[in-house]
Amino acid sequence: MEHILEARQLTKTFGSFRAVDQLSFGIKPGDIYGFLGQNGAGKSTTLRMVLGLIYPDNGSVYIKGELLNNSSRKLLKHVGAIIERPDMYGYLSGRDNLKMFARISGSKVDSKRLDEVFTIVGLKGREQDKVRAYSQGMKQRLGIAIAMVHNPDLLILDEPTNGLDPQGIADMRQLILRLSKEFGKTILISSHLLYEIEQMATRMIIINRGKKIVEGPTRDLLRPEETLMEIDFLHNDAITSLMQRSEWGSVFVSGNETQAVVKMHPEQMPRLNNWLVANGAQVLEIRSKHSLEAYFLSLTNDTHAATGTV
Amino acid sequence: MLRLELYKIFRRPRTYISFAIITAITFVIQLAMLVDGSSFMDFALQGVGEQFDIQGNVLNGYLVTYLILQSLLIHIPLLVALVAGDALAGEANLGTLRLLLTKPVSRAKLVLVKFAGSLLYTLLLLIWLAVVGLGLSLILFGDGDMINLKSDAFVMLLRDDIMWRYMAAFGFAALAMTSVAALALLLSAFADNSIGPIISTMGIIVVLTILSNLELPLFNIIKPYLLTTHMIGWKGFFDDPVPYEAIQHSAIVLLAYTILFVAITVLYFNKKDIKS
Repeated sequence: MEHILEARQLTKTFGSFRAVDQLSFGIKPGDIYGFLGQNGAGKSTTLRMVLGLIYPDNGSVYIKGELLNNSSRKLLKHVGAIIERPDMYGYLSGRDNLKMFARISGSKVDSKRLDEVFTIVGLKGREQDKVRAYSQGMKQRLGIAIAMVHNPDLLILDEPTNGLDPQGIADMRQLILRLSKEFGKTILISSHLLYEIEQMATRMIIINRGKKIVEGPTRDLLRPEETLMEIDFLHNDAITSLMQRSEWGSVFVSGNETQAVVKMHPEQMPRLNNWLVANGAQVLEIRSKHSLEAYFLSLTNDTHAATGTV
Repeated sequence: MLRLELYKIFRRPRTYISFAIITAITFVIQLAMLVDGSSFMDFALQGVGEQFDIQGNVLNGYLVTYLILQSLLIHIPLLVALVAGDALAGEANLGTLRLLLTKPVSRAKLVLVKFAGSLLYTLLLLIWLAVVGLGLSLILFGDGDMINLKSDAFVMLLRDDIMWRYMAAFGFAALAMTSVAALALLLSAFADNSIGPIISTMGIIVVLTILSNLELPLFNIIKPYLLTTHMIGWKGFFDDPVPYEAIQHSAIVLLAYTILFVAITVLYFNKKDIKS
């Protein structure tokens, strides 16, 4: 078995809107697989198809090499997932929620396992509280507990850091890395934040408008030797067109009267700065642009693709 | 899974609203009959009393229970809809439906478990009605022969010939309410918010009840096919002789509706995209 999860040519249309368009990808055991795309790119629709929540118009999903359909839903015992928000029964305690979903998962989970899972996700001591009293971060943790309680091989986490404060995001990241390294879980994690995926994923796919833009090992895709840089300057009508015609034309990505975006090695920046000043630009700030939008720009030089507009 | 479903139903405070409503209405009727029952009986039996010599404890627990059932069995479908209408749509609204369906459970099984949960809730509701309605009324008013006052006749049932009729009537009511639960579950499968299916079920039952009671030629054609026409079949057990054939026919119609509603729910839910 090469892939623990494989999607082949997934396509889904809602009315006249094609949410996912012939999307294929595969996740190997041990991967932390980043699933990247801007809001509305088709991430959640894809994940719902992968989990059998939404039926694809075309294409198929294989879990451990077996086709997932309505009569093979037992394959989902290999998967634990939280999709979008971690919604549970607020009138029940965290422990009751976990116990219930563990039983529905079909596994015989004893009290020791429940304690163990609460300890792993950092909710020990709060498991008897009603879920409606949980913070967003605690709900996310309980969501992960529910996803992993039956000891699946693959965890699918859809935007698990949504709504968390910076400390919560850092804690969640550590938890996900721990689940991979310490407990050997294969993880599919979706996000619209490139830096988040960059810090965790071993492999990643980027989709836009339901289509695959790029897929591969994270370290290869992000090519750290070349970084997108944003340069802000006081209003200057001519400077960006001058740049494009100059020796800097090859690194120029986009620009307007107050800003230019370039893709280059950071060590080249002092020389570019000198050139800008020498050509009349009053540079205000230079910063590394490390976002999904910027990455799209670096891949496609297509501002429309980056902003998701037509 | 059924145990988990029941656990969810009975851990939710709103489930007990129905039991509280039944208790409250029963108490109110019992209190009214305790305070002013003799006046009510004088009014109800006027005309009858002129032609017959009525003796003994006429205002007894059996009669009071019959009055309670006549008042409540119109409203119990609404209480059944509170839980059955919420069964799938409530999970969708809460967001837990997608979590449930990421588990290795077949969708058909989930629907059947939801139906079974609603069915058990309905049965418990009727048992509770039997306890506070029949049980408490017998304690408060004692037993005796029962007069079943109809619009064009009255039926006298002997004391020892009544209890089995109540048991049969509750059994039939359970079947009728099961069909309502199945209808509410079907509507619940179409919605992502429980308000819609609950109100729709109530609306359908109210409209069909009105159609069942209107004596117009146009409606007489469709009456035999209406759910509500057959839901009141329990009253037949208080006739003498009992119209077994009509009761059996109504029971078959109710059962057929129940199976139809559940089958459509399973078929639809199996193909539904879960977007909530």
